[in-house]
Amino acid sequence: MLTAAHLLTLLPLIIVGSTAVVAMLWIAWQRHHAGTALVSAAGLVVALLVLPLTYPAASSPPLMQVDGLAVMAGALILLSALVTVILSHHYLTGYIGPREEFYLLLLCATAGALALVASDHLAMLFISLELLSMPLYGMLAYSFRAERSLEAGIKYLLLSAAATAFLLFGMALIYARTGYLDLAGLTGALVDAPDAWMLAGAALMVVGLGFKLSVVPFHLWTPDVYQGGPAPATIFLATVSKLAVFVVLLRLVLAAPVFSSEWLQTLVTVLALLTMLGGNLLALFQANLKRLLGYSSIAHFGYLLVAIVAGNTLAMETTGVYLITYLVTTLAAFGVVTLVSSPFRGEDADGLPLYRGLFWRRPYLAAVMTVSFLSLAGIPLTAGFIGKFYVIALGVADSRWWLVGGIVAGSAIGLYYYLRVMVTLYLPEPGMRRRDVTNDWGSRLGGITLMALAVAILLLGVYPAPMIDWVRQLSMG
Amino acid sequence: MILVWLILIPFLGGLLCWQADRWGEQAPRWIALATMLFVLVISLWLWITGDFVLPQGGQYQWLLEWRAPWIPRFGIEIHLAMDGLSLILVALTGFLGALAVLCSWHEIGHRIGFFHLNLLWILGGVVGVFLALDLFLFFLFWEMMLVPMYFLIALWGHSGSAGQTRIRAATRFFIYTQASGLLMLVAILALVFIHFGNTGQLSFSYEVLRQAEVPEAIAPWLMLGFFVAFAVKLPVVPLHGWLPDAHAQAPTAGSVDLAGILLKTAAYGMLRFGLPLFPEESAEFAPVAMTLGLVSIIYGAVLACGQQDIKRLIAYTSISHMGFVLIAIYSGSELAIQGAVVLMVAHAFSSAGLFILSGQLYERIHTRDMRTMGGLWGRIPSLPGFTLFFVAASLGMPATANFVGEFMILFGTFPTAPVVVVIASAGLVLAAIYSLILMQRVHFGPVYREGSLPGPDWREYFMMLTLLALVLLVGLYPQPLLDTTAGLAATVAELFADGAGDRLVELSGEVR
Repeated sequence: MLTAAHLLTLLPLIIVGSTAVVAMLWIAWQRHHAGTALVSAAGLVVALLVLPLTYPAASSPPLMQVDGLAVMAGALILLSALVTVILSHHYLTGYIGPREEFYLLLLCATAGALALVASDHLAMLFISLELLSMPLYGMLAYSFRAERSLEAGIKYLLLSAAATAFLLFGMALIYARTGYLDLAGLTGALVDAPDAWMLAGAALMVVGLGFKLSVVPFHLWTPDVYQGGPAPATIFLATVSKLAVFVVLLRLVLAAPVFSSEWLQTLVTVLALLTMLGGNLLALFQANLKRLLGYSSIAHFGYLLVAIVAGNTLAMETTGVYLITYLVTTLAAFGVVTLVSSPFRGEDADGLPLYRGLFWRRPYLAAVMTVSFLSLAGIPLTAGFIGKFYVIALGVADSRWWLVGGIVAGSAIGLYYYLRVMVTLYLPEPGMRRRDVTNDWGSRLGGITLMALAVAILLLGVYPAPMIDWVRQLSMG
Repeated sequence: MILVWLILIPFLGGLLCWQADRWGEQAPRWIALATMLFVLVISLWLWITGDFVLPQGGQYQWLLEWRAPWIPRFGIEIHLAMDGLSLILVALTGFLGALAVLCSWHEIGHRIGFFHLNLLWILGGVVGVFLALDLFLFFLFWEMMLVPMYFLIALWGHSGSAGQTRIRAATRFFIYTQASGLLMLVAILALVFIHFGNTGQLSFSYEVLRQAEVPEAIAPWLMLGFFVAFAVKLPVVPLHGWLPDAHAQAPTAGSVDLAGILLKTAAYGMLRFGLPLFPEESAEFAPVAMTLGLVSIIYGAVLACGQQDIKRLIAYTSISHMGFVLIAIYSGSELAIQGAVVLMVAHAFSSAGLFILSGQLYERIHTRDMRTMGGLWGRIPSLPGFTLFFVAASLGMPATANFVGEFMILFGTFPTAPVVVVIASAGLVLAAIYSLILMQRVHFGPVYREGSLPGPDWREYFMMLTLLALVLLVGLYPQPLLDTTAGLAATVAELFADGAGDRLVELSGEVR
C-alpha cells in the first residue's frame, strides 16, 4: 500500500510530473515562452531541492527502490535537465512555430528517467523507459520542417521500437522461467545455474538496453540522430537518457545473478571492446561536431561497460564518478554547440570549419570548449581524467586485462580527433563566420551555465575528493 | 612549502602572461623571463644553502619534503620531495626556461601572451615531474605537460613542406607520449592494487610501493609498463618516431625545452621510479635495455649524417646521446650513473645552444635546409664560431661537459659490460662525423648565396656566452655537480647490485 512515507520518497517525481501538467495547462491557456521555460526550470529546481529529503528512505513505494543509486542518478538527471532547459530557452527563441511544447516533452521525459533509475520491477522498468523514450521522439523531430530533424525522430522511433521488442522478449523469457518480474524475486529465483532460456532472456535485455546506450553493433542510429535532432534534444539524449538507461542496466546486473554469469560477462566484454574501439575509430575523420560527439559518447559508454562486466561495489562507485564526469563534460561540449547554434536558424552550427579560430574571436567560449574536450580525452586536471582513472583502476583491480588494453588503445585513438577539434579552435585563419554566438552570450544564463560547467570540470579534476565521498556514501547505502 | 611554490610560480606566471597581452607586446615576455629567473634563483639558493650528505643507515635523505592529503579514497597525497638530482634538474628547467623566453623574443610575433602561457605551463609541469613523489601526482604532471607542448608545436611551429605538417607532428608527439603514459598508469594501478591485496593499504606513495611484493610472474610486465613510457620520452629507438618531426616543426623555444628538459624527465623517471621500484627485474632487463641504448646511439648517429634539415639533424643527435644515458642507467654502476647525470646536463646545454643557433640562422636566412646554406662562415660574424664550439661540445671534445659525461659513462660501464662499451665508443666516431658534416655544410664549403648578414645582438651574445661558460665550467670542474647527485647515484647503484644479487641467489637456488 502507498503510505505517506512513500509519497515523500516519490516527491521529486510528483513535482516534475505536476510541473509538466502546469506547463501544459498554461500552454492551453496562453502561450508564453519565457514563462514556460521559467516554470519548467523552477519545477526542476524544487525537485532537486526536495531530493535529499527522500534519502535515506524508510521504505520504498511498490515497484520502486529508492536507494543511494537512485538518488544519485536522480540528482544528475535533474541537473542535466535543468541545464537543458536553460540552453533550450536561448535556442528556441529563434524558432518559428510553437516553442512551449518542447519543455512539456522534456519534463515528461525527465519524469520517465527519474522513475527508470528507481525501478525495482520489470514492468516499472518498461513503462518508465517508454515514458523516457516517447517524448524524445517528439523532441528530436521538433523542428519537423527540417528534413534531418524529422529523419532523426523517425529513425529513433523505429530503432527504439526494435529495442523495446528485444527488451520485452527478454523479459518474457525470464518471466516464463522464473515466474517473477520484480528484481528481488529474480535474485532469489536465479540461484541455480542459469539455463539457455534464462541466458537468452538476459542477453536480449542487455541488447535492448544496449540499443539505447548505442553499444556497437547497435549504434547505427546514433550519428544520424545526434546530427539531426535540435541541439537541446541531442543534449538530453546524450546525457539524461543514456545515464538513466545505464543505471538501470547496472541495477539489473547487481541484482540478478544471471547477468553476472560467465557467458554473459564474455558477451558484454566483447561488446565493450567493440564499443570502445568502434566509437573512437568512427569518429576519427568526422568533420561534423555533433556526429563526432555522438561517436565519442559511444566510446565513453564502451569504457563504462567495464563496470557492468565487473559488477561489484567498486563498479557502482566507478559508475557514479564516471557518469558525473561524463555529464559535466558532455553538457559543456554540447552546450557550446547549442550556444553557437542559438537562436535557432534552421540548421545547427555543427560543421567543424565554423569553429575555426573561435579562440581569437570568443576566447572564453573557446576555453570552455577546450576544457570540455580535454576532459573528454581524459587529460589530467580535468574531470574526465578522474573518470578514466576510475575505470582503469576498476579494470586493473578486477584483472580485466583485455578491457584495460581496450581503454588504453581507445584513448590513444580518441586523442587524434579530440586534438583535431581543439587545435581548430586556435588556428589563426578565420573560418566561415556565418554563425557566431550573440555578443552578449557571456552575460546570459546559458553562457554563465557553460562557464560554471567548465569551472566544475576543472574543480572536479583538481580536487575530486568531495565528489568521491558523495558517491561512496550513496553507493554504500 | 617552497616546493609548492616552485611548481605554482610558472603556472601563475603563465596566467599573468596571458592577461598581460593587453598591456603591450613586451609585457608577457618580461613577465615570463622574470618568472623563470625567479625559479632559477630559488633553486640556486637551495643549492647553495643545501647540505648534500650521502645516505646513511639505509634511510634516504631528502633535502626538502612536503606532503598533504589529496584524494584519501585511494591514499593519494600531494607529496613533493627534492634531492640533489631533482634540484639540479629544476635549476636546469629554470635556466633553460629563461633561455627559451629569450630566444623567442623576436621569433614569436603573434599571440605572444598565449605563447608564454603555454611555455610556462610546460615548465611548471616539468618542475612538477621532478618534484612529485606520489605516483599519481607524478603521472598527472607527466601527462599534463603534453597539452601546452602540443599547442606550442601546433600553433607556433614551422610548417613543413606539405601544408599542415606541424599539426601532424604535434599530434603524433601527443599520441605517442599519452598512449605510453597510459601504459604507465596501468602499471602504477596494478602495483597499487597488488600492494592493496597484500596489505590492505591503498597508497600511491613512492616509499610504500617500494616495499610492495609483486608476484614474479607480473613484475616484469609492470616494469615494462614504466619502461615503455620512459623509453618513448627518452627516446629509445623503436619508439622514437615522434621526435624528429616534433623537433623540426617546433618553434625554437619548443625545441630547446623538448631537447633540454623534456627528454630528461624520462631519464629522471627511470632513475627515480623505474629502477628503485623494480630493481630485480631491471637488473634482469639490463642487457636488453643496453642493447636498445646501443641501437639508439648508432641509429641516431647514422641517421643524423643523412639529414638535410638542420633541426632534424640535431634531433637525431639527441637520440644518439640519450642512448649513452640509457646504457649508463642500466649499467648499475655508480660512476656511470653520475656520468649520465653530467651528460644530461651537458646535453641540455649543448643541444639548447645548437637549437638556439639554428633558430637564429632561421631568422636570418629563413630556411632550415642545409642544401641552401654553405659558406656562412664569412657572411655572419660570430655565429659560426659559436656553432663550432657547440658542435665540438656535442661530439664530446675534452674540456667540454659532454666529454666528462661520456667518459664517466664508458668508464663506469666497462667492468659490467665491456662489449657494450666497445661498440658504444664507435658512436663517438660517428658523432665526430655528423658534427663535422653539420659544420661543413652550413658554415664552410661553397658559398650558396652572397651578401653579409647581421651578427648577433646583445641578447643573442648573452645567451651564447652563458651557455658556453656553463659548458666549459661543468667540463672543467664537474665536482659540485657530482657531489650533489652522489647520494642518488649511490642508492640506485646499491639497489641494482642487490637486485642482481637476489636474482643470482634465486638462480643458484634453482640450479641446486
